[in-house]
Amino acid sequence: MSNENNSRREFLLTGLAAAGIAAGCSSKKSVFEEASGDEVKATGKLVKLLSVDGEVIEVDEAFLKPVPHLPPVSNSEARVGIPGKKFVMVIDLSRCKNLKKCQSACNHAHELNPGQNWIKVYSMQDAEHTAPYWEPTTCMHCDEPPCVKVCPVDATFKRQDGIVLIDSDRCIGCRFCMAACPYSTRVFNWSAPDIPAEVAAQPYSCESSVPQKKGTVGKCDFCADMTRMGELPHCVSACPNGTFFFGDMNEDSVTNGSDTFRFSDLIRDKAGYRLMEDLGTKPSVYYLPPVNRNFPYGSGVEKDSTGHPVTIN
Amino acid sequence: MENTIIDNKITHDLMPVPFGFWGKIWTGILLLFCGIGAFAYCLQLKNGLAVTSMRDYASWGIYISNFVFFVAISLVGSLITAVLRLANVRWSTPLTRISEIIAVSAIIFASIIIVVDMGRPERFLNLVIHGRLQSPIIWDVVVISTYFFISLLLLYLPLLPDLKLLIQSRGNRSDRLSKVYHFLGSFWKGNPEQVKRSRKSINLLCITIIPVAFSIHTVTSWLFATTYRPGWDSTNFGAYFISGAFLVGAGAVVVAMYVFRKAYHLERYITGLHFDKMGRIVVMLAMLYLYFNINEYLVPAFKMRKPEAAHLMDLFAGEYAPLFWFAIVVGMLLPIAMLMFKRGRRPLPMFIAGIMVVVGAWFKRYLIVTPTLLHPFLPMQDVPASYHHYFPSWQEWAIALGSLAGCLLVITLLVRIFPIVPIQETINEQHETAK
Repeated sequence: MSNENNSRREFLLTGLAAAGIAAGCSSKKSVFEEASGDEVKATGKLVKLLSVDGEVIEVDEAFLKPVPHLPPVSNSEARVGIPGKKFVMVIDLSRCKNLKKCQSACNHAHELNPGQNWIKVYSMQDAEHTAPYWEPTTCMHCDEPPCVKVCPVDATFKRQDGIVLIDSDRCIGCRFCMAACPYSTRVFNWSAPDIPAEVAAQPYSCESSVPQKKGTVGKCDFCADMTRMGELPHCVSACPNGTFFFGDMNEDSVTNGSDTFRFSDLIRDKAGYRLMEDLGTKPSVYYLPPVNRNFPYGSGVEKDSTGHPVTIN
Repeated sequence: MENTIIDNKITHDLMPVPFGFWGKIWTGILLLFCGIGAFAYCLQLKNGLAVTSMRDYASWGIYISNFVFFVAISLVGSLITAVLRLANVRWSTPLTRISEIIAVSAIIFASIIIVVDMGRPERFLNLVIHGRLQSPIIWDVVVISTYFFISLLLLYLPLLPDLKLLIQSRGNRSDRLSKVYHFLGSFWKGNPEQVKRSRKSINLLCITIIPVAFSIHTVTSWLFATTYRPGWDSTNFGAYFISGAFLVGAGAVVVAMYVFRKAYHLERYITGLHFDKMGRIVVMLAMLYLYFNINEYLVPAFKMRKPEAAHLMDLFAGEYAPLFWFAIVVGMLLPIAMLMFKRGRRPLPMFIAGIMVVVGAWFKRYLIVTPTLLHPFLPMQDVPASYHHYFPSWQEWAIALGSLAGCLLVITLLVRIFPIVPIQETINEQHETAK
């Protein structure tokens, strides 16, 4: 059986178990207090469910109860990663027009402190006579991550599926990782993040990176919680121009939601490259050069009310 | 008979004395600064590091440069005590305790200021619980604590014979100070066996402290040099930092010599000879540091690689140019020019040169830390305007000044309790020369 099938089944089961099977035969009182407290009367309406053993069983509808949102995996599991995966991102610069939908989706999904961005869209011009272009950056999830090397407490770590994460419950806030990262990808919560109280009260998971915590470092997490559910990172699905492709290097496929490519073909045909290759950090994020562009550079320049371009400092 | 009179005179001259009027004023001012610093730190604990001017690009500021400064200055203990002792230099005896006291108090405040810089100081123990040996921060924790204990021992062991004299001088009094002396040194009889052991231990510590001293500042330089950043990515950094550290430490000792000599009338013990010799050492160290500076700036400036160029131009002719040339001229060139001449090595010019070296060194550390961070590889875009520049907030100044005041306070208190110039060693040397 292939890895892919395995993970799909695991995903299905986690989802279903959370949805209700366990509710009927729960011993975890804390989570299911409501259910165990009430006298549950069978309605007679049966629902078909897939059991942990892979058998289809029927359960009375009355036994299905909503469960609180808990981090799907423990901290130690989150530190290992998803077995058999090697996540990779491809950013096609010919498709980007600085809409920053990726940024706002990311900020929203990770409940970032207002003003903080994990995704940045740079206006780049490599030399005087070369063409300007827009360059979105995420965390590069390097295979030789300089940030992980310098972290004194293993608060930022590299998982076997290639994702570099931060454990905000362990971070001491020394900011050595920020100095070490050549891509300026890391941000710091200089104060307690200005987020709704119910978000701040959520149980923290380093896969979802929510909630961000005062005095700790934050950065793009490749939406590790979404990938565990088999879904695309928020920036990928938010971009209307399909700039971001995400996938599994082991499957050799990447998708932006509508188009799916063989990763190796895409990189070969479009001359993909990585940022600052000479540093030896081996990023997991690849770029396709801004050729045959869908939009001219100027269409992305923000204009002020008088129609003049807003200068980027 | 004559010997006893001289001994008594020396003992009388060098005994620690209670604070006079100016001593009390001085201590009061230092306490005030410490208090303001502590208050600012309470604000920082409450509101987070947002009270500082550090932001995502300038993510290290004067806390870190102050830390580097403290570590640098603490190296002097090993220079004066260990290097000169092992080289069999005798004139440095009256300076050993001063330098060891400076070393211990500086290293204490290096540790304090680094905790101040942490976003989550309450998780300090994570360094032990989850420590990973591959991080240069852990190396720093290990070598700095080692250095602290060796320095403490190098302060304590040579103090034992003096403690005996102190206990004797206080007779049967049982005030707090006498209790301290008894607690620290009542076991010391000064018999040949103890003297032999103590001498052996001191020699051993003098040998061990040299590599440890080199390590603390080399590892501190590696906090920067192990990154890719322009201005930090340099194989020159270890030696560059060490030479700078010896210079600022020697400068600090010169300043302390002058102040203590004036305040405690030690003209007979800290003489023109000492200033002359220290002056020569400062010139040598300043030239050494200048040499490493030329290495550090000229070589990349010759090539002007793109990321380096922006950083270097900002130092040479941009935003940081006044500070940069101040650190080079006032911190190195002028002291060299002054102390090259015999007339410049008299106490007062030496004192002024010492101040210039120390102040220049403090700003030099700032120039090493922050401008680099404001020249990242990818451009600074899409961030608030405040992210583009760094000027410390009042809380940062208060905490940094508070830590400097705290360091001076510890030095002041140690000098209040213990003799600044080793009494017994001075007596012994007096006897040897008399023979």
